[in-house]
Amino acid sequence: MSIEVTNLTKKYGDQVAVNHISFQAGKGEIVGFLGPNGAGKSTTMKILTCFIPPTEGTAKVCGFDIGEKSIEVRKHVGYLPEHNPLYLEMYVKEYLRFAAELGKTKNPAQRVKEVIALTRLESEQHKKIRQLSKGYRQRVGLAQAIIHDPEVLILDEPTSGLDPNQVIEIRDLIKNLGKEKTIMISTHIMQEVEAICDRVIIIDKGNIVADDTLENLRNSAAGKVIIRIQFAEKMDAEKIKSIPNCDKATETENNTWLLESADSAFRQQVSQFALKNNYEVLELVSEKNTLEEIFRKLTGNVGHL
Amino acid sequence: MWVIYKKEIRSFLSSLTAFIVMVVFLIITGLLMWVFGGNTVFDLGISSMVVMFNLAPYVFIFLVSAVTMRSFSEEKRLGTLETLSTRPISDLGVILGKYFANVTLVIFALLPTLIYYYSISELGDPTGNIDTGAMWGSYFGLILLGAAYTSIGMFASAITENQIVALILSMLICLVSYEVLGMVGEIKALEGIGKSIHWFGLDFHYYSLSRGVLDTRDLVYFISFSGLFIWITKLVYESRKW
Repeated sequence: MSIEVTNLTKKYGDQVAVNHISFQAGKGEIVGFLGPNGAGKSTTMKILTCFIPPTEGTAKVCGFDIGEKSIEVRKHVGYLPEHNPLYLEMYVKEYLRFAAELGKTKNPAQRVKEVIALTRLESEQHKKIRQLSKGYRQRVGLAQAIIHDPEVLILDEPTSGLDPNQVIEIRDLIKNLGKEKTIMISTHIMQEVEAICDRVIIIDKGNIVADDTLENLRNSAAGKVIIRIQFAEKMDAEKIKSIPNCDKATETENNTWLLESADSAFRQQVSQFALKNNYEVLELVSEKNTLEEIFRKLTGNVGHL
Repeated sequence: MWVIYKKEIRSFLSSLTAFIVMVVFLIITGLLMWVFGGNTVFDLGISSMVVMFNLAPYVFIFLVSAVTMRSFSEEKRLGTLETLSTRPISDLGVILGKYFANVTLVIFALLPTLIYYYSISELGDPTGNIDTGAMWGSYFGLILLGAAYTSIGMFASAITENQIVALILSMLICLVSYEVLGMVGEIKALEGIGKSIHWFGLDFHYYSLSRGVLDTRDLVYFISFSGLFIWITKLVYESRKW
């Protein structure tokens, strides 16, 4: 196991940031750490990188305890903190060289070259970090995290604040890195998890509310059909309920209804119902049970998306 | 530790800090020693560098505080403290790396003043008539004093994100350690213990060294002084873990 977290708790005064969480991540896995803002994602990551100690519980990274073998843990972990702090006055190459030497890399000059090629920083390598765009700074952040060739990468919201093209580039980079490393990546963007992760851990108010593969999570929510339908005229709730197999019907907006059913042929039944009664239908959409919805359900927090 | 040391020295050189510190120190001591005020070498007519050695501790209070104020404050403000302290290096290694880099800068600020030594020894009558022993003792004392100020400055920098606060706090503690303890010692009401209080002041040991006698008690005092503040700095640095 690359990451083993047992019963981890972190309290700030009376406030519980992380509440007795346990999970594991195996070698070569890309784990998405998902949750609304303030759920305890960053705190967990800071504990795993030995920046702050836990109040209770233990964690092991590559078999080393974060409390007793802190230096060993740090040798095996690459960390990109939330806001990607960098020395703005240093040159890209200079900074990476510094990071390589601090990480006790055997051949720093060689390794810096490799990492620059890997993160495609060639065109910017002679600039000062201050002169780089946000996307390139993020690459420098990733480069310093992987420079000592760690087994585990911990990335705290690596794509936040980037433009859509940069987001895709960084994701591809992370996916590539994930071929040989265990990666733990925190985010509150669903698509990100769907795009790169094998497994999702959803955390809310310091508690783990789901820990499963993407497929299992989707399946667990499957078997339910949700249809959004908009009529041209005002409809009666009784009439809607009379649709065969309709388990739940709620009016969300003017004349728009959300219908739920366990029947897979529910769509046909809805359209037949409209035809038979000669109701004019403006829109009929089948809502897929996306991760986003699962997330919303589990964290009970619509506003934070 | 040496990786940090190297990085700090590089940043002194690339940001011109090193250059500015050397020039400012040279200008201030140079002007007051040779040109301005009634205490210049020519006014006194003595072939001695005592003017500079009396003045340098005060110039250092400002210069050393200005150099050390960014040590940790800036890292805290930028957030780089987080990447730095999650690398395989001990906390003490980070602190000592920065400390020795700052001390190196202090030594380099002193180097150009050796010209003054040469000038005065040439001006002496007969040529070369200067108390060399006292001079080396004073240089040695000044380096130790600079190192003590550095440890104070690092402590001040470690407790705040605000560099100005760090600067003022550092200058204040330096001044208390160098000057105020001696003044307190002179209060009439404290007559019995006045001397002992003064003993804790930096100036007491600095002047003891400047007589040209290398007393191990002074050496131990200076090393303990720096050690104490480095230790407190380490406590502050690790306070995130509390």
